[in-house]
Amino acid sequence: MKTIQSLGIVLFCLALAFFSILPFIGSYTLRPELVEKNTKDIHQKQMLEILQPMYGELYSSNVAFIADFNKYFNNYNDALKASQSWDQVIWDNYALPLTKASSQSPVTENPWLYLGLTVFLAIVGALLYILPMYAGKLPGIKHDGIYFSSMKSKGLLGIITGSWLILFYIVLYWFPEYLTNLILMVDPLSMAISGNPASQWFLYGLIYTIAILVMGIRMFKKYKGNAYQRLRTGSVMFFQLAFAFMLPEILVLFNMPWHDFKNIWPLDYSFFYDYRLEGMTSSGALGMFMLIWGIILIIVAVPLLTYFYGKRWYCSWVCGCGGLAETLGDPYRQLSDKSLKAWSIERYLIHGVLVFAVVMTAVTLVNYFMEFELLGQATNQLHSIYGFAIGSAFAGVIGTGFYPLMGNRVWCRFGCPLAAYLGMVQRFKSRFRITTNGGQCISCGNCSTYCEMGIDVRWYAQRGQNIVRSSCVGCGVCASVCPRGVLKLENADEEGRLQDLPIIIGNKSITIKN
Amino acid sequence: MNNSPYVIIGNGIAGITCARHIRKYNADAPILVISGESEHFFSRTALMYIYMGHMKYEHTKPYEDWFWEKNRIHLKRAWITDINLHQKTIHSSEGELIPFGTLIIATGSKPFTIGWPGEHLKGVQGLYSLQDLEQMEANTQGIQHAVIVGGGLIGIEMAEMLQSRHIDVTFLVREKNFWDNVLPEEEAKVINRHIKAHGVDLRLASELQEILSDEKGAVRAIRTAAGEEIPCQFVGLTIGVTPNIEFLKNQPTITTNKGVMVDQFFRTSVPDVYAIGDCAEFIEAPGSHRKNIEQVWYTGRMHGETLAYNLTHSDPMPYKPGIWFNSAKFFDLEYQTYGWVPNKIPAVLDTFYWENNEGTVAIRFTYDKTVGTIKGINTIGWRMRHAYFDRAIEEGWLFEKILSHLDRANFDAEFSKNYTPQVILAYNKAKNRSLSLPKKGLIRRLLTAFS
Repeated sequence: MKTIQSLGIVLFCLALAFFSILPFIGSYTLRPELVEKNTKDIHQKQMLEILQPMYGELYSSNVAFIADFNKYFNNYNDALKASQSWDQVIWDNYALPLTKASSQSPVTENPWLYLGLTVFLAIVGALLYILPMYAGKLPGIKHDGIYFSSMKSKGLLGIITGSWLILFYIVLYWFPEYLTNLILMVDPLSMAISGNPASQWFLYGLIYTIAILVMGIRMFKKYKGNAYQRLRTGSVMFFQLAFAFMLPEILVLFNMPWHDFKNIWPLDYSFFYDYRLEGMTSSGALGMFMLIWGIILIIVAVPLLTYFYGKRWYCSWVCGCGGLAETLGDPYRQLSDKSLKAWSIERYLIHGVLVFAVVMTAVTLVNYFMEFELLGQATNQLHSIYGFAIGSAFAGVIGTGFYPLMGNRVWCRFGCPLAAYLGMVQRFKSRFRITTNGGQCISCGNCSTYCEMGIDVRWYAQRGQNIVRSSCVGCGVCASVCPRGVLKLENADEEGRLQDLPIIIGNKSITIKN
Repeated sequence: MNNSPYVIIGNGIAGITCARHIRKYNADAPILVISGESEHFFSRTALMYIYMGHMKYEHTKPYEDWFWEKNRIHLKRAWITDINLHQKTIHSSEGELIPFGTLIIATGSKPFTIGWPGEHLKGVQGLYSLQDLEQMEANTQGIQHAVIVGGGLIGIEMAEMLQSRHIDVTFLVREKNFWDNVLPEEEAKVINRHIKAHGVDLRLASELQEILSDEKGAVRAIRTAAGEEIPCQFVGLTIGVTPNIEFLKNQPTITTNKGVMVDQFFRTSVPDVYAIGDCAEFIEAPGSHRKNIEQVWYTGRMHGETLAYNLTHSDPMPYKPGIWFNSAKFFDLEYQTYGWVPNKIPAVLDTFYWENNEGTVAIRFTYDKTVGTIKGINTIGWRMRHAYFDRAIEEGWLFEKILSHLDRANFDAEFSKNYTPQVILAYNKAKNRSLSLPKKGLIRRLLTAFS
């Protein structure tokens, strides 16, 4: 078993190395007809001119190619910016499509082989490691040695993993042209599913989904005999595969806008952007359904389902960010900060992001309905600030890149505006609470340690107080790790849910109000 | 209100609870908590998880470090070695004299031994304090085999700890079954099987004769009473704990036996001196079926709560614990108990016991033989609601009625397997009764198939 697992790790690391090196192989040659094919009509003339010095030249690496491209492209734009000719500046990003078109890498010839050597090999390696896990072990908590593990307790391996993830996200969001070979590699898969060539987002969606599925299997192994954990893991795996990955691509196949039916504004912050609204309203009955469904989710589903089940119905059963956090991120859940200070920062940050998202959306909508008379295109500026700072930097780079450093729910806890909205409902009008069991708590701290949201669960448990916190995503791990059966996630009558002065039972001498 | 300084020796659950509650009732009184063991209060029950790598020491602290200053509870790191009851001072090992107005002794326990030959060899130890844990860390580096002596809660924890580090364990239990001075035979046997299923070499009805030394004065093996020699590099002595009151032995005015003798108000024989927690021994047991020394987390907490009230109020209340409750975890099996479930069921009680086919989930009820009121419950692998049984036992609900509505008492996680129908069927069969089964929904049946 040990040998198989070691082999799995070796294969996985090999695959990861291939994946990291692959972007840098192959050569690039730009030809005018490629520029013609990959630029919009309005830019074609200028682009053909700008890139003229590059035609026919053989670049031996994407770094050199992209450097030259940026040089000529930026020279052109900078000159226009300097002369304040803003309307002539080319804002479109042509780096990725042109790099992709110019590629002469072996990946183009044999994409399936490279997909096999990276993604599939990684899956095989991971499964060889995961499937024998806990073999022959009895059902129970599997946390032995977590704090001795370099990977899981911010040791060198954790720091390396975090750095790799951070780097990957930065390149993915802001320099996707460097990922050209990886995108070419998944082209045939994308063609097969949606009939369209792959973008960096298809590549990302594919890896994201695979991560949830493979690490979801790990959760099944880890939580043998624990129906709650297995069910919610199965649920996030399903929603990621069906709703976030397959269905949107199938919509594209039928010439519909890409749409994730389980994504809810304001997490889906672009839902009310003009291009999304146009896309939905111009896509017939299904488009209208997307619009109405999206609005129903916001104003009916969130309050109603959260009233009955707490925000967990979304955060740890449906959401894609939550899905990744609960599967890929599970090994890092103990790294969340439990201090009171972190809690106060959390409240400012997450509600700040919510206010930002709401204001931005309101301005966008008013502007849209006034047919851009209010602010013209200025809302685009607002969108790009939000997209950059919140959508990419916070949710992606920090949210996932910091898994091995700050725990797996950094984004959900400190940034997600939908979590803030769900949390308000959960805190003030819900039947959900975590019940503590009379006087049975021994203050051991397993619950707090393994709370990914950084809730000091023990603080409540040891005073016999129900846990009613807006941030709780209801993952149920506190209840699973409790050695004394003190915690239970429950939906029940609102009466008695909030206990400002709880009484621990067991002492008949006096009534202790904790 | 008495504002003379409260000095508490010991920062465990009893001492710290007392300090916190004195502060709740009295905003001004100076409070000093002294401990040699640790700077801050930590949860002793979590020591095993530090060794197993589930947590770090800092995670075992229930309050952040700023909590104490904010609540003006002064902390002092010192071992107390002597006490002058006449001058009302206590003395630290560093020679410091600390005056007190009211003294609260909450020094807890220490591992108990019976003077086995070789018990002071290197690699032989008990487990109670943070220092014990550090010692265990050092003593178990790179070893292959350990022997644990004593079939109680600390012994099985130690077995689990060692197994988590891939150290083979031989577990010597003097009794016929694990912890059978507390658990009835059936429950004890469930635990026996579970210990073995974890690969522990469980030796029931075996006793330690002596511990054998190598040439360097470290343990190399043990010999059992049956004469068998078991090679090992570590011996855990876990036959129990005893009050940690060494420093009071030269005090003729303060009455001690195993612990510091106290009345039901935690008063010792000396005015202004109190004792709570593991180190206190009641002159009269605080309730029927209760012991004179209560060495449980929960009772430590209740002692602290009650004494704090008494010290800050003019109407002192005698310590009156409610319905007994306790819990433990044996490797992966959780155990809970409420009320009165003695290991040998006496004639006044009737009992019903059920376990699942795999022998991993068990439940036992005890109830009055003549009127059928519930007296107690034991569960293994099945969480129950404390508040429910506290009330049911206190108010004397009928056992059969509880059985019919067991779902209300169930505290297992959502979607967990529901054993109630099986239990009721077994009960009907065993006692020739015809209680009806609870209804089971389709969704529930579908979902439980997932586990």
